[in-house]
Amino acid sequence: MNREDFPMLKQDIIYLDNGATSFKPQCVIDKIVDYYSNYSANAHRGDYDISYKVDLEYENAREEVVDFINAKSKEEVIFTSGSTDSLNMIVNGFFAKLVEPGDEILITTSEHASNVLPWFKLATDYGCVVKFIPLDDYLHVTLENVKMSITPKTKIIALAHVTNVIGDVRPIKEIAKIAHENNIFLVVDGAQSVPHMKVDVQDLDVDFLTFSAHKMLGPTGVGVLYGKKELLEDLVPINLGGGMNESFDSPSEVYLKDLPTRLEAGTPNIAGVIGFGEAIRYLKKIGMEKIEERERQLREYLIEKLVKIPHLDIINLESESGIVAFNVNDIFSQDVAYYLNKYNICVRAGNHCAKLTKNVTGVDNSLRVSLYFYNTETEIDELVELLSDKEKIVREMI
Amino acid sequence: MDHYSNPRNKKRMDDSKYIKQNTRNTSCIDNLDIYCLIDRDIIKDITFDGEACAISISSASIMTTLLKDKTITEAKEIINNIDNMLNDLEYDKDLIKEASVYENTKNTSRKTCAWLPYAGIKKIIEK
Repeated sequence: MNREDFPMLKQDIIYLDNGATSFKPQCVIDKIVDYYSNYSANAHRGDYDISYKVDLEYENAREEVVDFINAKSKEEVIFTSGSTDSLNMIVNGFFAKLVEPGDEILITTSEHASNVLPWFKLATDYGCVVKFIPLDDYLHVTLENVKMSITPKTKIIALAHVTNVIGDVRPIKEIAKIAHENNIFLVVDGAQSVPHMKVDVQDLDVDFLTFSAHKMLGPTGVGVLYGKKELLEDLVPINLGGGMNESFDSPSEVYLKDLPTRLEAGTPNIAGVIGFGEAIRYLKKIGMEKIEERERQLREYLIEKLVKIPHLDIINLESESGIVAFNVNDIFSQDVAYYLNKYNICVRAGNHCAKLTKNVTGVDNSLRVSLYFYNTETEIDELVELLSDKEKIVREMI
Repeated sequence: MDHYSNPRNKKRMDDSKYIKQNTRNTSCIDNLDIYCLIDRDIIKDITFDGEACAISISSASIMTTLLKDKTITEAKEIINNIDNMLNDLEYDKDLIKEASVYENTKNTSRKTCAWLPYAGIKKIIEK
């Protein structure tokens, strides 16, 4: 649906790598061009009209995010360069000064690198321990396993809302309840969930949530760090400089601005943030429930066809999101991706930045199809037809 | 294709006389180990093992047949010519024999797959 809004979809291309990044609708592109063409000034310097307009548009975008995830106020929404940046800020600015040696951090083996490596570093630098919540037979996180993994030393649970290879949707609301009953902080990587479903931070009661604009029709280089206000007040800025200070005279006399500006040092990605605001407006106009429903239909359609192909091994049959990971028996995933590319079909091959996942799936690499609402049944039909003929794959993959 | 379906010299060598060199692409998931036995100035034996795409596997297989029993100087010459071919420069087709099939990868993302085993052996013989 809404395919006519996307210039990239006018090309002869079937794009099934939306987990990596999404295409942009014309209105988002126009919004960015409009900034660079008509009011290309810096932010927070409202001494003249075009700069004042920048402030208005920039803060409007923040209001859009606040409303989109149902944050309590603008102080809770910080613009970053992406989900990775947000997670690193949380780890280094908030938890680094809070943790003590021996504290435990719970993650899983199916997390993306950006929700693994910052915690590994925290563990190395401060003597904490990273532990893994066991996954069940479907590679999902269960509440029982969360409870079982908690010890008196557990300080943090950090999980993807939806994982980027398995595509399972974690029961975040219930996990938040368990975490808070045990005085544990819950950090949620929403990079694969916020673009695809309604995410309400107050309803879920997460302490921190991170996501990236480019996976939800926005530009690259922009992301969000959501945190409960009382927690963000204690998040120490890693970057210091222009825009975030109120005044300074000497090392002992530095006064910083209030949230959220305090955590956005330097000239921000103004065009990106304003474009992101437009992307959210666009998503809201369609409606997240409608988007979720459409993706569910597409996934069911795809799975129904893939399971009939005998030489395919589907890794995440039981997941609910628009992510389907599979292999063609005896053929290296990258060769299949290359073969599909000959027919202008874009899928991802590899370990998808989740290098620990192979420990649980037993599969080093896989093909990943990740859907968005603008994909169609016809596109899926073409993919399925090409995958159905194993001999053709072998013949044409070089 | 035959070098992919029936790769030559694809075996791991635990003999400590062999020099082992891992080689992988930063942009993809190919991951090969090259094993090389050098006696004085001559490549006495060369094998490989690992998980990689059809282009990398077949290229590694062809490489082992090309470089075996060659002197280091001869090997370097062959590798340079393959490098030239993949970078659209002049090269000696007779010298690189079967490896010339990868000429058509030079303008694609698969160029690095064809080059992968040579990146590994280069590290060994430059040591």
